[in-house]
Amino acid sequence: MATQVVMPKLSPTMEEGQLSRWLKKEGDKVSMGEPLAEIDTDKATMEMQALSNGVLRKILINEGESAPLGQPIAIIGEADEDISELLKHAQAAKPEKSAAAPARLPSDTAPAVEVHTSKDQREQTKSPISTVSEDGRKTEETAAGGRVLISPIAARMAADAGISLSALRGSGPSGRIVKRDVEEAIGSKAKPAALRAVTSTRGAARQAVYEPSAYRDEPLSEMRRTIARRLVTSLGPVPHFFLTTEIDMERAADLRRSLNEIDPELKVSINDVIIKVVAAALIQHPQVNASFRDKTLRYYEHADIGVAVATENGLITPIIRSADLKSLSDIAIEARELATRARARKLKPEEYTGATFSVSNLGMFGIDEFTAVINPPEGAILAIGAMAPKPVARDNQLVIRQTMRVTMSCDHRVVDGAVGAQFLQTFKKILENPLYLFV
Amino acid sequence: MAVMTMRDALNRALREELARDENVFLMGEEVAEYQGAYKVTRGLLDEFGPKRVIDTPITELGFAGLGVGAAMAGLRPIVEFMTFNFSILATDQIINSAAKMLYMSGGQFKIPIVFRGPGGSAYQVSSQHSQALESWYAYFPGLKVVMPSTPADAKGLLKSSIRDDDPVIFIEQERMYGMKGEVPEDADFTIPLGVADIKREGADATIVARSLMVPLALQAADELEKQGVSCEVIDPRTIRPLDINTIVESVKKTNRVVVAEESHPFAGVGAEISTEITERAFDYLDAPVKRVSGADVPMPYAKNLEKLALPGVEQIVAAVREVSYLN
Repeated sequence: MATQVVMPKLSPTMEEGQLSRWLKKEGDKVSMGEPLAEIDTDKATMEMQALSNGVLRKILINEGESAPLGQPIAIIGEADEDISELLKHAQAAKPEKSAAAPARLPSDTAPAVEVHTSKDQREQTKSPISTVSEDGRKTEETAAGGRVLISPIAARMAADAGISLSALRGSGPSGRIVKRDVEEAIGSKAKPAALRAVTSTRGAARQAVYEPSAYRDEPLSEMRRTIARRLVTSLGPVPHFFLTTEIDMERAADLRRSLNEIDPELKVSINDVIIKVVAAALIQHPQVNASFRDKTLRYYEHADIGVAVATENGLITPIIRSADLKSLSDIAIEARELATRARARKLKPEEYTGATFSVSNLGMFGIDEFTAVINPPEGAILAIGAMAPKPVARDNQLVIRQTMRVTMSCDHRVVDGAVGAQFLQTFKKILENPLYLFV
Repeated sequence: MAVMTMRDALNRALREELARDENVFLMGEEVAEYQGAYKVTRGLLDEFGPKRVIDTPITELGFAGLGVGAAMAGLRPIVEFMTFNFSILATDQIINSAAKMLYMSGGQFKIPIVFRGPGGSAYQVSSQHSQALESWYAYFPGLKVVMPSTPADAKGLLKSSIRDDDPVIFIEQERMYGMKGEVPEDADFTIPLGVADIKREGADATIVARSLMVPLALQAADELEKQGVSCEVIDPRTIRPLDINTIVESVKKTNRVVVAEESHPFAGVGAEISTEITERAFDYLDAPVKRVSGADVPMPYAKNLEKLALPGVEQIVAAVREVSYLN
């Protein structure tokens, strides 16, 4: 029976998609799970898979055209089937050009994701399509109504290889994860693992660290509720405030240089060092590693650091999961790999949604200091300025030191001034003496 | 080794066993003077005489019962049904007497009898004369059910069936009597009952096929090889006792199974094999076990409809592609 192919939801925040490229022509045979087209979403270019077998009978939107979610974009059916009824329906479903996109909740405008404990993760469904429900939570649609569809051998292989089911994309019917999906995942996992093995000796804690951090929710106190309500009314949906400090970067720069002398392959950047130090400081100040939820404050166990990457198409923040558990070399390799894929628009939604804290660095543009806008629902973001030699007073002497100015934007509903300042103090202390990382 | 038809291989087995043991005798409709409706018993009357090769009236229930009685008395009868379609008339003797006598007599009476003849689909003989009955007989404890797919297997398995002390249902495929193959000439060549044969080794999917479906499964495997799918073809040869271990070992290797059979799907042997696999190798499956069966309708007479009612190479190929997620 002929079926309509509709614009799928390919990212949590997607409202419409632009058809980047058809991978099949009219008249081509298509099989379930086979890539049908490339769709530009608000965040990335993603492959869209066919959900039925047959022949691509009719293409309803051209490359370069956009369609809102759910709009028919093609018809798949038998080669000789009459599709005139479906065609009529499809044309009727096409909205007027002037029709406004459906209104969205403000919280939906930012990549929001519900994070889970590892146990919850196992219950999560994997399918080609993710959606954001009314409360901004990420859900997954499958034909089976929310269950993970996986063949027994695939489940066993994934368990043996320590691969999270949520990291797998099912290519079988209704998104069933089958053996070849796990084999592919094992294949792609094997490469970076081999690379890491050269640069890192720590392996035990690694298995879980590509998962979003676990968390606990605490009810809002009356005081906190009042602060939240009052601040929102005064300064937009997320009440920002800003804290700036200047940091002596001599030792951090030394550390970086020494590391790269030991292993030139590593290419650790100052930003990698900053990510590691941010993560360490967050673990010491869990009040900052938190986000404001309507009725609760959510405190994360690990520091999932979003790293702002400028791409041709705009800003995206791939995430270093559990940066507190990772070595500097791990972070360097992962950050580089994520940034490369971000620029190629090849990030998966779970790779850029659900950080617990973000870092934005404009130092490479020579910016001395700036304020960054928080990426909700994160509680804070750190804006990094350029590192440069400056005259500073040390022991009543004027000396030239490598310095760097950072400005932290805090969500006042989560982080109060003193709390943010204490975090920044710790951050500064560690960065000025990175040996703290090792004690 | 000699190249011969399945018909001649069966004839050879009968002749060797009649010669080997004087307690063995053969009876059935047209087996003696006419030398068999399908000429499987050609020359046996001349060689062994009318006391050993006996024409019966058209009374399936009667001569099946005669056979069971002879077996109880110590002989080793071979009862030929002109086709297994007619065995339906004899089921009371087969099921209620032959299958159960050892049990009901507390082990006093063994029933070393072979009921043999052609079964399965035949060419345009319509609903009543073109059907697969193995699941009926395999259902009952006390019966062994054998279905060869090559001339050599036919000879080795029939000899073992005749030597076996339990009642054996030996179903030959009517369309396969003219199939040729190499057959060992050794009079002691036998193939044990309950041992499956791997007809072709492969890595990606297992096709379990019996009787006529074996050559079709091998053709499907050739076709699939060209498409990059390596198939293992397993012929259980004996439906009961079923060599499930060989099948399970194959499934553990390939993770995907298609069971091909020409019988109806409902409550068929394929359903049993599928369940056994699920019970024993669930953790190794990458896809649900897929059956390719005959249509769930009485066999049509019309040639075009008959063709549609029978599974062929195409269906087996499609099923393997389905369990391999290639569609």
